Amino acid sequence: MTDIREVLLPLTDETVSSLRAGEPVLLTGPCYTARDAAHKRLTEMLARGEALPMPLAGQTVYYVGPSPAPAGRPIGAAGPTSSYRMDAYTPALLQQGLKGMIGKGKRSAEVVDAMRRHHAVYFGAVGGAAALLSRHITACELIAFPELQSEAVCRLTLERFPVLVLIDCEGRSALVETPII
Amino acid sequence: MREISCAQIRAAVAQLFLTANRQIAPDIRQAVTDAADRETSTAARYALSQLTENYVCAEEDGLPICQDTGLAVVFAEVGQEVRITGGLFSDAVTAGVRDAYTEGSLRKSVVDDPLFDRTNTLDNCPPILHTALVSGDRIHLLGIAKGFGSENMSRIGMLTPAAGEAGVLRYIVDTARLAGPNPCPPIIVGVGIGGDFEQAALLAKRMTARPLNKRHPDPRYAALETRALSEINALGIGAAGYGGVTTALNVAIATAPTHIAGLPVAVNICCHASRHAEINL
Ligand code: SF4
Repeated sequence: MTDIREVLLPLTDETVSSLRAGEPVLLTGPCYTARDAAHKRLTEMLARGEALPMPLAGQTVYYVGPSPAPAGRPIGAAGPTSSYRMDAYTPALLQQGLKGMIGKGKRSAEVVDAMRRHHAVYFGAVGGAAALLSRHITACELIAFPELQSEAVCRLTLERFPVLVLIDCEGRSALVETPII
Repeated sequence: MREISCAQIRAAVAQLFLTANRQIAPDIRQAVTDAADRETSTAARYALSQLTENYVCAEEDGLPICQDTGLAVVFAEVGQEVRITGGLFSDAVTAGVRDAYTEGSLRKSVVDDPLFDRTNTLDNCPPILHTALVSGDRIHLLGIAKGFGSENMSRIGMLTPAAGEAGVLRYIVDTARLAGPNPCPPIIVGVGIGGDFEQAALLAKRMTARPLNKRHPDPRYAALETRALSEINALGIGAAGYGGVTTALNVAIATAPTHIAGLPVAVNICCHASRHAEINL
């Protein structure tokens, strides 16, 4: 694929509106890592009315638990994990203004509905392309929950990180539907 | 009796998991490359080309192919004429896994208690060890680094004998259909038919590491493998779920005698990053 559009993070509302399901884009800018355990903690903090360790409004979350960084690299292998495991927590984060998510695979109807209401977009990165994706991450800074090891929340800087718009802000999906008939 | 020391076993196991995580098996690499060449969907071809590029990045940068470096599963075939010296066999296997994951920059993905505590064990131990006693004076070790994106999409069905071939075929294809894009297609589908509940699952897991160029020796099962593969590819899920003609690289079936009342079918899904390595000691 040539001439792929570069999209800057954090996302603006105009950018979110312009993204269409099925479109490949290259993401450049900051995002936060969070997967199962971090999502559980973040939503528990929200339920208790506590301040979160990072801002969510306008931000993008990447569902990733990287492998350890070898000497001289900011991060190890860093491909996406399955997004559906975060579905139970996602509407609460979208409510806080989360604009973008990077993961792989399906989302629940509740998530798609919340994305529509809160004007957010879901990007897919290629699962298992983790060493390639690592080359598009130029910085990694620990933000919270170090005891969660690979599941800690980090602030990443992406540089032309290849993704596909899997579900856009109007709920259109690029994933092939395979219902049991 | 031939003697094999725990130190040898430990070093061999460590090497298996380092190799499996950093270098994809040549047959899988070839199959992914061929799939990229064949692909008609632009998005899926983009995904597949990222996978072939990823193998090179992993080699050049000293990184694992995937960040989920898996739960370590070891299939050990221990010859009855082997005497293991210097400790307990299972301890040596665990120590080898610990060495690979702590010294090789591999991710530690194991939690101690599955339901309540979920505290990381920090060394990716314990591994899952299946040991069989066989004839001879060698030890054969197969290490599988099993990612859970695909493991979570696996199923076991206790079908009735009346379900027959059509029922088995449908169960296999439906498992891939339900999994959709989640297990990182193109997938490798390991199937165990027969035995009992756990033997079917064990056969299925073992089949995820069968070389892609092999077929079941019974032509009827070989035909079922080919048929299931083409039906899964006809689902159109495609690489990374982006559509296209390749959803699976292989379907591998193993069979075992079973009870007159049963037809167990286990389907163990493995992602394209099927990481396994073996060694004979
Ligand atoms: S399913 Fe396989 S390729 Fe995908 S993230 Fe998990 S281990 Fe990696």
